[in-house]
Amino acid sequence: MHSIPLEYYLALSAVLFTIGSVGVLTRRNAIIIFMSIELMLNAVNLTLVAFSAYLGDIGGQIFVFFVMTVAAAEASVGLAIVLALFRNKETVYVDEVNVMKW
Amino acid sequence: MEISAIFFYVLAAGAVATGLLTITRRNPVSSAMFLILHFVCLTGLYLTLQAQLLAVLQVLVYAGAIMVLVLFVIMLLNLGDEEKLTESVNQRSLVAAAIGAVFALQLILAFTFDPSPRYSALPDNAASVGTVEAIGNEMFTTFLFPFEAVSLLLLAAVIGSIILAKRKLRS
Repeated sequence: MHSIPLEYYLALSAVLFTIGSVGVLTRRNAIIIFMSIELMLNAVNLTLVAFSAYLGDIGGQIFVFFVMTVAAAEASVGLAIVLALFRNKETVYVDEVNVMKW
Repeated sequence: MEISAIFFYVLAAGAVATGLLTITRRNPVSSAMFLILHFVCLTGLYLTLQAQLLAVLQVLVYAGAIMVLVLFVIMLLNLGDEEKLTESVNQRSLVAAAIGAVFALQLILAFTFDPSPRYSALPDNAASVGTVEAIGNEMFTTFLFPFEAVSLLLLAAVIGSIILAKRKLRS
């Protein structure tokens, strides 16, 4: 087995999660924000798989399985919302959508 | 340096680079393409962690199903002229970058504050954890109820997305 410490994987997934969150904060395009959310979900998945492998506990990998399912559900519903949004407002830029802004 | 360590560094660099490219491209199609590459890098990282089933699922579910759906929607919306896609660096993105830097520092410090020597290398039995057999065995015994509950979630997602995408909402 290889000699990469667990912390390297955790630091990598921290960096990936941050990239995802910066993407959500900076971008205007709803589809790219959506992809940044996928980036964050995957960063957390990497943490779970790393812990699962190093602790020899299978629960983490089962959890990743469920996270993938939730991500698939989120993808279909989120993209349907983007479609409905574009149909009604002719835009996918989140700063041009303010119907529900108080 | 052993070969698996080189694999880790190459894949980690690739994952960070493709992640950065994903959030910086102006065209959503190239963003999606880099995100697929990112998922491929993560697949390699899962393999370095001996999680075979999840590596396969990552390619099938993320790179296969989810990204195809995203690309379909991008093509369907036909986001037209590049002119509208320009996004300049403004105050908001600077604030976001600062928040991101602090956030990354915090996470890395929290994770690497007290490295335990117990987890300095992958244990020898790691290969037996991520097999289809082991995961399937656990999935259909201990996690049987969540597994069934997830099917309800998927049904709700199917119905919800059909209703959302079908109906013409006139305001």
